[in-house]
Amino acid sequence: MKARLWGTRGSLARSGPETNKYGGDTAAVEVRGDDGSLVVLDAGSGILRLGENIGEPPPRVDILLSHLHMDHIQGLGFFTPLYSADVEVHIWGPTSSTLDLRTRLTRYLSPPLFPVRLRDLVAVELHDLNPGSFRLDGVEVTADVVCHPGHTFGFRLQDDTGVLAYLPDHEPALGVEDFPGPPEWTSGYGLAAGADLLIHDAQYTADEYALRVGWGHSTFAHAIAFAELAEVDTIVTFHHDPSHSDEFLDEVTGGLSSNTVKIVGGTVGAEFEAAA
Amino acid sequence: MAQQPVEMILLKQWADHMASSIWLMDAAGDLIYYNEPAEAILGLRFDEAGTIRADELAEFFVTTDLDGNKIDTMELPVVIALTKMEPAHRQVRIRTRDGKTRDIEVTALPVEASGGRHLGAMAFFWEIGK
Repeated sequence: MKARLWGTRGSLARSGPETNKYGGDTAAVEVRGDDGSLVVLDAGSGILRLGENIGEPPPRVDILLSHLHMDHIQGLGFFTPLYSADVEVHIWGPTSSTLDLRTRLTRYLSPPLFPVRLRDLVAVELHDLNPGSFRLDGVEVTADVVCHPGHTFGFRLQDDTGVLAYLPDHEPALGVEDFPGPPEWTSGYGLAAGADLLIHDAQYTADEYALRVGWGHSTFAHAIAFAELAEVDTIVTFHHDPSHSDEFLDEVTGGLSSNTVKIVGGTVGAEFEAAA
Repeated sequence: MAQQPVEMILLKQWADHMASSIWLMDAAGDLIYYNEPAEAILGLRFDEAGTIRADELAEFFVTTDLDGNKIDTMELPVVIALTKMEPAHRQVRIRTRDGKTRDIEVTALPVEASGGRHLGAMAFFWEIGK
């Protein structure tokens, strides 16, 4: 199973020379199974370039939406396979307590916010997501709710070769006096435990976090501590704050260390193999 | 180690910051957490007890009405919240392992998560007259 980062930025897209390396587009990750199957994690603005570079599209594409904050869905209407009759697109995402996924998504994918209505897209099937596991071709997907405002999922993707965990917006340290606590009481642990590759929220420095507790994101240190607790092999920092330049992220990421986990700064276009 | 649902994790973190006495029970009726104020009422530190299985609870707490009469288990607030998924309130007397008897008020609420998931129940305790 291979993963490629097409959008790494959190909260708001930011293009410009100062974000060329880590990327300015918001969350979108391409996951390819060994059989060529395609799963897309989130539909931020990065999904535009994924759609443009998809090559010969597979007959089916599955898009897993972690949640419906704008930075995770704003690219959806620009994903070219949505307009192809030859591709079956399945979108999986969270409901709210009272609204199904379709109703929630149409709040954005309808005028006046967007000119095309969801119902006008040719071959799209929506799936209300609940905690649990399901199979997409050769990939077993496990979805679970994680600590982030609103109803937000993290994902664990497993095939014959390895495990990828994706928790792009995650604040497991919220309310925890001495993070990390026991695994049993740590949000996201079940998804990330023993993963070969963990793509995880690392939006803030400790100083920034102090002013943003409860906003749903992690510090670099929280992300590393979480990865160590979950005993993952490699963590990729993700959901970069819009105010963080390449220079800043190089400096911070270069200063991170762990005795047990490999740490990689999530740069746009980076490819990873999730393999044991 | 299995992870608790995030809704229960958030309740625990919230309970850790509250001065009210709070219990959390999972859907099986196991007492998976109680906070420090509840420790004072129950006479038992959670770190020492850990999770108490539903079938062990009677060994830790004997519950009667305020006149000392036995209460049918199914009429206990936490059991109503767990089995009928309804809120329930009652005054009860508990005798804890440390031999102390306390009169308390209990309010129990079912914990229902999105997607129709019944995760368990939470209960608040107040010591009567304190």
